[in-house]
Amino acid sequence: MIHARAEGVTRRFGATIALDHVDLEVRRGEMVGLLGPNGAGKSTLVGLLTGGRRPTSGRVELCGGDPRDPASRRTLGVTPQETGLPASLRVGEVVDFVRAHFPDPLPRDELLDRFGLSDLVRRQTGGLSGGQRRRLAVALAFAGRPEIVFLDEPTTGLDVEARRALWESIRDFHAGGGTVVLTSHYLEEIEALASRVVVLAQGRVLADDSVAAVRGLVGIRRISLTSAVPLTDFDFDGLVSVERAGDRVHLLTPDADRMVRTLVSHDVPFRDLEVRPTSLEEAFLALTGKESS
Amino acid sequence: MTVLALTHARFQITELFRIPIAVFGSAFWPAASMLAFVVPFVRHEPAYATYATASMITFAVMNTNLFQYGVGVAEDRAQAWDPYVRTLPAGTAPRFAGRILAGLLMMAISLAPVVLIAALFTEAAVTPLGFLAAVLTCVAVSIPFILMGLSIGYALPQKAALVVAQVLFLPLAFGGGLLTPPGAAPGFVEDLAPYLPTGGAVRLMWAAVGDFPFDTASILALAAWTALFAALAIWSYRRDEGRRFG
Repeated sequence: MIHARAEGVTRRFGATIALDHVDLEVRRGEMVGLLGPNGAGKSTLVGLLTGGRRPTSGRVELCGGDPRDPASRRTLGVTPQETGLPASLRVGEVVDFVRAHFPDPLPRDELLDRFGLSDLVRRQTGGLSGGQRRRLAVALAFAGRPEIVFLDEPTTGLDVEARRALWESIRDFHAGGGTVVLTSHYLEEIEALASRVVVLAQGRVLADDSVAAVRGLVGIRRISLTSAVPLTDFDFDGLVSVERAGDRVHLLTPDADRMVRTLVSHDVPFRDLEVRPTSLEEAFLALTGKESS
Repeated sequence: MTVLALTHARFQITELFRIPIAVFGSAFWPAASMLAFVVPFVRHEPAYATYATASMITFAVMNTNLFQYGVGVAEDRAQAWDPYVRTLPAGTAPRFAGRILAGLLMMAISLAPVVLIAALFTEAAVTPLGFLAAVLTCVAVSIPFILMGLSIGYALPQKAALVVAQVLFLPLAFGGGLLTPPGAAPGFVEDLAPYLPTGGAVRLMWAAVGDFPFDTASILALAAWTALFAALAIWSYRRDEGRRFG
C-alpha cells in the first residue's frame, strides 16, 4: 500500500524549476532516504507531500488523500526547521501546542523522556543548544503518534550518544510499522537508517536504489597529484572528471584504488599523491556536469 | 475545533506577553492620543467628550487590528515555524479563530486606558446599558478591521504589508469622520463617511453611547465590507504558501 506518492510533479517558483517531473512512491512501513545537495528540491518535495505547497502540475497524495486536506495529515509527523522554533516559548508549551492538534497524542512526559528533553521542559526554546533544538524538532514529529514521519536531517550536529539514541527511537518507530522519510545531504546519516535512497539533483530523481548502489554513484573520490605528463592522453576507466589547477591535477572517480593502480601500471610519473572523499555537492556537480556535456 | 482555537489563541498570547514592551506599546498610543487630543479640548462638554471617546476607540480598534494582523501575520509568515504549523492537521478555522481571540484580548488591553482616561479626566458619560452596548459594538466593529488586516497580512510580504497598513490608516480615519465630531466634518467626508468601514463603525459606536440615530444604509455597507474582507482573507490565506523557499 502506498503511503505517500508524487506523480509527474513539477513545481516552479517564478522562472525557477524546483522540481521537474518527479515520481516517488513511499510504501507503508518503508524507511526511505531522500538525498541531495542544497537546492536539489528536497524541501520542496517534502513541502508538497506534507500539504504546505501545491504542485504546479502533477499529483501528490498522502495517506490516500490530498495532503492539503487536514484529514490526510492526521497521522503525519514532520520536523519543524529547528531555527524556526518560537524562541520565547518554553519546550513544554511548544510540545503541548503540537499535541493539541492530534486526537490521541503521546503523553507529554513520555514524549519528553523518549527524546531526553525532560529536564528542559521549562526552558525557552531560544535558549536551547543546537543539539537540544534538533532533538525537540524530532520529538515534535512524533508527538501525535504518527504513522508516517518526514524527518529533515534529524541527527546532523548531534553528539555520538544523542545520535545513537535518536537512531534507536527512529528504528523503534519503524519496527512498529511506521513509515519514515528522511531527508539529508549526508549519505552517512541516511545509510545508518534507510536501505532505500532516492537521490535528487536539480529537481529531478537521479537515482532510486539501495544505499550500496547510491554509494557507488555519489561516493566519488578526488585523487590529486603533480605530474609532468598531460594525463588527458590516457584512457582511464571510471574517470568522472579531470581538473587542473596550476601543476596539480585532480581526478574524480568512484574507485580510487583502481585509478591509482592504473596510474602505476601505466608508469605515469607522479608525486604528492592525495586521495580524499568529495562532498556530496562536488560529487553531484561532477555527475550532473558530465551528464550534460 | 473550538478547543483548538483556544490552543492557538493561548500560544499567541503567551508569545506576545513574553515581550511585555510590545503589549505596553499597543496600549500607549491610544492613551496618549486621548490625553493629547480629547482631554484638553472637550473635557467639559459631556456629549462631545463621549462622542470623541467613541471616535478614539474606533480609531484605536482600526489601528491596532490593521497593524496587529496586517504586519503581524506577514511577519509570522516569514518565520520558519509557519510552514511547520501548516503540516499539522488543522484547517483554516482554528488558526483564524485563535488569532482573532488573541487580537481581541490585545485590543481590550489597548482600549482600557482610553476608557479610564475618559472616565477620570473628562465629563464623558454613559449609562451602564450604554456601556455594555458600546463593548458589544466595539467587538462587532472590530471584525471587519481584523479581516482587513488578515487580508493584508496573508496577501503581502512583510515590508509591503507595513506600507499598505500605513497608507490606509489615515485616509480611513479621516474619511470615516473619526477625527471630527459627528456632523462637523467637511462636506465630502460627511457624504462618503457612512459608507466607509471606519464611518460605519464609528456611527454604530456613537449610537451605542449617545443619541446618534441608526443609519441603515451605513450598517448595510459595513456588513458588505465585512463580507468582502472575509472573502479576501480566506482567499489570501488559501493561496499563501508561506515563504517561497522553505
